[in-house]
Amino acid sequence: MADQKASTSIEAVESGLAAQGYIASRQIATAVYLSQQIEKPILVEGPAGVGKTELAKAIAAWRGMKMIRLQCYEGLDEAKALYEWKYAKQLLYTQILKDKLGEVLGGAQTLHAALDQLHDFGDVFFSKEFVEPRPLLQALEQPGGCVLLIDEIDKSDAEFESLLLEILSDFQVTIPELGTVSAITPPTVILTSNSERDLGDALKRRCLHLHIGFPEQRLEERIVESRVPGISQALRRQMVGFIHEIRSLDLKKLPSVSETIDWARVLVLLQASELDTDIVKDTLNVLLKYEADIEAASPQVTTFIAKAARSNVFG
Amino acid sequence: MRENLHRFFRAARGVGVHVSPAESIDAMRAVAQVGISDRAVLRDALLLTLAKSQDEKLALGDCFDLFFSRPEPRQDQPETSNDGASQDADQSPSSSSASEPGEGPAPEGLGPLAQMLLSQDRNAIAAAIASASGTASLSDIRYSTQRGIFSSRILDAIGLQRLRDDLDRLTATDPALAERLRAALDALREAVRDTVSQGLALYAREEAENLRNEILRNAPLARIERRQVAEMRALIRQIARRLRERYSKPRKRQRRGHLDVRRTLRRNAAWGGVPFLTAWKRKHRDRPKIVALCDVSGSVAQVSDFFLLLIHSLHEVVDDVRSFAFSSHLIEVSDILETKSPEEAMAEIMSKVGFGSSDYGSSLVDFEKDFMSALTPRTTVIMLGDARSNNLDPRADILRRISERSKRLVWLNPEGRLAWGFGDSEMPRYATFCTVVRQCATAQQLERAVSDIVATYQ
Repeated sequence: MADQKASTSIEAVESGLAAQGYIASRQIATAVYLSQQIEKPILVEGPAGVGKTELAKAIAAWRGMKMIRLQCYEGLDEAKALYEWKYAKQLLYTQILKDKLGEVLGGAQTLHAALDQLHDFGDVFFSKEFVEPRPLLQALEQPGGCVLLIDEIDKSDAEFESLLLEILSDFQVTIPELGTVSAITPPTVILTSNSERDLGDALKRRCLHLHIGFPEQRLEERIVESRVPGISQALRRQMVGFIHEIRSLDLKKLPSVSETIDWARVLVLLQASELDTDIVKDTLNVLLKYEADIEAASPQVTTFIAKAARSNVFG
Repeated sequence: MRENLHRFFRAARGVGVHVSPAESIDAMRAVAQVGISDRAVLRDALLLTLAKSQDEKLALGDCFDLFFSRPEPRQDQPETSNDGASQDADQSPSSSSASEPGEGPAPEGLGPLAQMLLSQDRNAIAAAIASASGTASLSDIRYSTQRGIFSSRILDAIGLQRLRDDLDRLTATDPALAERLRAALDALREAVRDTVSQGLALYAREEAENLRNEILRNAPLARIERRQVAEMRALIRQIARRLRERYSKPRKRQRRGHLDVRRTLRRNAAWGGVPFLTAWKRKHRDRPKIVALCDVSGSVAQVSDFFLLLIHSLHEVVDDVRSFAFSSHLIEVSDILETKSPEEAMAEIMSKVGFGSSDYGSSLVDFEKDFMSALTPRTTVIMLGDARSNNLDPRADILRRISERSKRLVWLNPEGRLAWGFGDSEMPRYATFCTVVRQCATAQQLERAVSDIVATYQ
């Protein structure tokens, strides 16, 4: 997997991602291309289920690189994200080396000399051997580069953002005992956010800002085509048209691409050849995740199916 | 192109997108990568590097479309990286004289502008205007009143003086040609005026908006004109959003720190006191508690609208807010403000208690009767009203009790200090029991007052 395909142009990115089953819009492809060229992380925002995490996976698969994922949550700190000392190992080694201590200090005549020798000894214990690399450090240490996915950054605390700044702008981290660790090959960094809280300007400034919204109808049809090959073209158009109608409603949680794909799978499984009111009402719970949303949508089902069918004729 | 990008960055700042030097460098690098041949890709690249939120993306997209909508023929320009505009200007005289049409050779001795106009070389004219507006630093335009001066500056830079001389000479020697030139000059003026208007739209928006907002922020809320109400609401919402952003960040709880020996021992009693599970001392959190009482009677009807809007935003910032509205009697409106959108909530509150004549005394009686238990020694009470009680009993004794039960009592009065105590105003009597009394007549004062209240909890 060593051959790193250089992304020579935006079209190459698009087709490369498409080969991994990720149908990217031109904006997405441009962002991926640019992030590679000017070595900047991408901050992806957008509603849940539009393929933010999927994008990172697709890039990793396309470039044949390892993907390292850091899932953010409240209370995430540097011990879990960056590095940690292997306390147990340090303790164990001290116990084993206890006997050696006499030899180490044996030659020392004065207290000062003994201390000096002990200092050298201490440095051994705070060396690379005893560092447990966590995702961020791991990503820097990959010789062939990797895709670092920092998922749902908005879930973490504001302090954690500041921790990321050094990595994002210079691809390096500073460990007080060891010094600065720079990336062997700068990783491709993807950050995702559901806009649950506003991210700091410092973080945003270091990233390319990509917003993935709900895709256009044509694009969504292509996505369904690539993900659920078994579905007929007529049904595909009809169901995507229907979902676009649903998205015009004022719902608590609008169905996104992942729901579209799930629904397409369900329809294939039920061997539906076209949408009708009964089958839609039976499977509406795949699309809508709240009881109130289902109640709000069900009276409209028949009109939406008719609309979707009509747009089919003209589209 | 670099020149153009710089002007675009300035226009971007004009629509409210913050473009720092670092970001403009990034954008330059991005543009260098994608090139400028494909406008859609260029647009994406600039949006990716400059915009930092969905709103900014929309604004910047519009700005991009406006900025690059000039009918300049960009294709036939050589795509070198140094500034294309001045290069064009250098080229234009030669190219125009080369492509001179056959309809009557122009007399010798005419200035370059006259030749350009006579030859009807649109590319060259457009380029000359672009270069002249660079010389006249059109991007510094701020107000619509500057249109005239910038137009004349551009015309000067383009060489109007020479053209006038030529025109005078031609009128004597070749009247027909002079007529043609005059018509072309009119067209040129038109084009320059359009350019200036576009420049105004691009570069001056921010300034104009700032000025308008500045005036609005300091305008008395009670005397806002009808057409300004919508803008004022937008402004208040902006203030509310700023308050929210500033204060709604979840404060970090103290996770580590001192060992809480007592709780640790209690928790590990099952293991004979061997501390398997540790308990840490936590920092005490001062939970914000706010009780807001808002006058919505006829005398403050104009202002109460904005008061309610701000209380609505308080509900979003602070966890524990209870709000009440009153004119002649008092009701609790926390639920309405919490569940509905500002407009709906305000309409509902106004229909329930609004526009009556105010009676502070009986409203305070209502409050004491039902809601006194809402006050704790940690509560801040905010009173919003003009304290004009229509000469009814003010019941200042209740306010004293409210003040005693709560931590602070803040009174925000839309009237100026001079009016307090005159007519039916009971302000001086109430003021003795208040921790703070502030005049709160403009949006700016309102923001400061609420900001101070919320800040004490941080």
